[in-house]
Amino acid sequence: MLAEIGFGVLVFTFFLTLYTLGAALYGEWKRLDAVVESARQAMLLTWPLLTLSALTLIYLLVNNSYQVSFVYEVTSRSMPAYLKATALWGGQAGSLVFWAWLMSAFTSLVALRKWERDRELLPWVLVVAAVTLAFFLSLIVFFENPFLRYWQTAEGDIIRAVFQPARTLPFIPSDGRGLNPLLRHPGMIIHPPMLYLGFVSFVIPYAFAMAALITNRSDDRWIHLTRRWTLWAWLFLSLGLVLGGRWAYDVLGWGGYWAWDPVEIAAFMPWLTGTAFLHSVMIQEKRGMFKQWNMILIILTYALVIFGTFLTRSGVLSSVHAFAQSAIGPMFFGFIALTFFSSVGLLIYRWESLKADVEIKSLFSRESLFLFNNLLFMSVLVVCFWGVLFPLLSELFTNQKVTVGPPFYERATAPLFAALMFLMGAAPLSTWGSASARTIGRALWKPAVAAALVTVVLFFTYSRNGIALIGFFLIALVLFVTLYEFWRAVRARRKAHRENIFSAFWNLFGRNRRRYGGYVVHISMMLMAIGILGIELFQKETQGTLALHQSLVLDGYRLEYRDIARFPAPDSREVTRAVVNVYQGERYLGQLYPRIDYYPEAKQNMTIPGQRPTLRDDLYVLLVDWEPASASGATFKVYVNPLVNWLWLGSLLFFVGILIAAWPERERRTES
Amino acid sequence: MRPKFIIGGFLILAAVIYLIVSSTQASAEYFMTVDEVHAEGENAIGKTLRVSGAVIGDTIQYNPQTLTLTFEVAHVTGDNSEIEAQGGLAEVLHQAVTDPTRSRLKVIYNGVKPDLLTNEAQAIMTGRLEADGVFYAEELLLKCPTRYEEAVPEQAG
Repeated sequence: MLAEIGFGVLVFTFFLTLYTLGAALYGEWKRLDAVVESARQAMLLTWPLLTLSALTLIYLLVNNSYQVSFVYEVTSRSMPAYLKATALWGGQAGSLVFWAWLMSAFTSLVALRKWERDRELLPWVLVVAAVTLAFFLSLIVFFENPFLRYWQTAEGDIIRAVFQPARTLPFIPSDGRGLNPLLRHPGMIIHPPMLYLGFVSFVIPYAFAMAALITNRSDDRWIHLTRRWTLWAWLFLSLGLVLGGRWAYDVLGWGGYWAWDPVEIAAFMPWLTGTAFLHSVMIQEKRGMFKQWNMILIILTYALVIFGTFLTRSGVLSSVHAFAQSAIGPMFFGFIALTFFSSVGLLIYRWESLKADVEIKSLFSRESLFLFNNLLFMSVLVVCFWGVLFPLLSELFTNQKVTVGPPFYERATAPLFAALMFLMGAAPLSTWGSASARTIGRALWKPAVAAALVTVVLFFTYSRNGIALIGFFLIALVLFVTLYEFWRAVRARRKAHRENIFSAFWNLFGRNRRRYGGYVVHISMMLMAIGILGIELFQKETQGTLALHQSLVLDGYRLEYRDIARFPAPDSREVTRAVVNVYQGERYLGQLYPRIDYYPEAKQNMTIPGQRPTLRDDLYVLLVDWEPASASGATFKVYVNPLVNWLWLGSLLFFVGILIAAWPERERRTES
Repeated sequence: MRPKFIIGGFLILAAVIYLIVSSTQASAEYFMTVDEVHAEGENAIGKTLRVSGAVIGDTIQYNPQTLTLTFEVAHVTGDNSEIEAQGGLAEVLHQAVTDPTRSRLKVIYNGVKPDLLTNEAQAIMTGRLEADGVFYAEELLLKCPTRYEEAVPEQAG
């Protein structure tokens, strides 16, 4: 009964979305306000409807309704209720429902607020959002229906259908297959929704951009309206990436967080164009330049968002993220091609009216540095795109499948990231309009000397690795420049407003949220860079099989195997937990408990590391194997990951920075 | 000022092309089946290869003291549609292991023995073929196709 309701609501919502699309187009064409208004009302209705459908599915998931095939595939009786509910995005069909639900929520939010003020653009925003929503709903309704149930025919075959086919009986499996144990982790519960929030919120700026093109508004109105949407989208996408990394670090047990897996890259690519977009819209707002370029960036971001959803969900590339093969691949390609080429066509049609207000003058001006920043982000994108496409191309043309692994991406992107860091240091000190190498050099030399001093100290005290030293120099440069910018602004405020240092600092953020929030993000990126350099360049590892009371030694740490115990956990896991004493020299530091969780229903082990995080490094111990009744004892793998915790600290600061930048600004008319 | 920007753009473009081409050459991994490795012979030595094969359970030897793992894999096709046509991955792996005429490849891996290394598992190994005809794997991925495959539940018994 419930499954039919859930499915019926989805079908109805699909037609309602088509109505929104048709009515908005027709109403705008014939200038019929009432018809456009009805399109808006229809769109507002999609959100409660999709909420109902999603809740129905969640109800089925939580209540062990294994006659529904989606429920059978992603849950099992032994899973706790919160995991059953969040299994909504643990499989393909459910995650598409979740995507559609977010899309309708965001579109409704846009259509509810300030309709009158933005009456000119909003009908077209509805059109673009309705096209996207209709596409996802059609995938769910026609290809990936989460409400299919099992039926048994007279011959004994099991088939899947929503409504009972003739001469069949309902078939109810006694238990489900359960969520892949790897996905049963807090990080995995919030990682996919964060990523999806980021993906879907980028549709809104795209929709406004298309609306601006259609209505031929060449000003920055659409950018102004979607500035905060873009920041939130970027925040969610970034958090999604970081959480995915943290999950990999905690769960996959190879001592890393990022493997340049095609699916990771698929989520990274819209982040790259989105980051470039965030920067270059500022130039359009301040200088009236880059109008065509911003359109290109947002069109690319939208295409990459859909492409990213497609890659994560289609199984076209093999990876830890890929679900089973599915029929929706060609649909996705068709949709991406359709939206991409029609957007580009529209952009070409309006090309002339998007000419810049002023010409770019100097190679060292701030707008020029932003342009180079954009080109570098695009270059990283091209590298990533090549890495993903290369296996497909080589197979097509040479019949020999060749792939490129992480070394390709590391080698090809490292110089580009270094150049981006240099720009991050130089750009805040540059000036708009005309500037010369000399003016920027005069501003940059002091922080450069300070950064060089830091590098020399690190050379004698920490490492003589050339790549690391270049990296640390750039990090120090950016940190000095950014802190100097803060200090300069605080000093100016203290003089002008007679404020003490703390309130001056606080008011700074209030005065120009985006700039100083952005600087906080820059600092957080540098902290993350410290962590990335540390683990990439200085990771140490060892492994060994130990009898009780034997020790392993790595990088000044000594790990002594003390004990092992095996016990059942409440959710039917079998836990094997080792006790390891950690010493540094003779000093006792504490105990670590690496363990193996065995999931009988999935017949799968999950290896949970014991971690000892400090700012210097992260001691990361895995219990990989143990033999109950032999003298050989237990096998451990140990990593020392230097500086990696700066990566996680940086991501917290990153969150703060975006909150500062995206926090609603009080509408003030006093300053102009 | 325009020429400067055009030159700057070209410099970036040239740098990116150089980075892509040189990095591709430096880190390309060639996908091969066991048959293809044998057919390439001398040519395959030294390149980074990615070889997939069916693990033959009887050949697995593991020394936990030295962490040396040796086993043999049997040839399986790399073509997905062919695998489907022959009745799915599990069936293809089973045939490969039980067919004594299939070509085989000896593999040596240094490290912890993976849980999933069992008879009729699919091993995907990245490493190099040396002149002694042994494949030295640096990375070892395993797939057990029986686990998550069935889309339709087994009938209640």
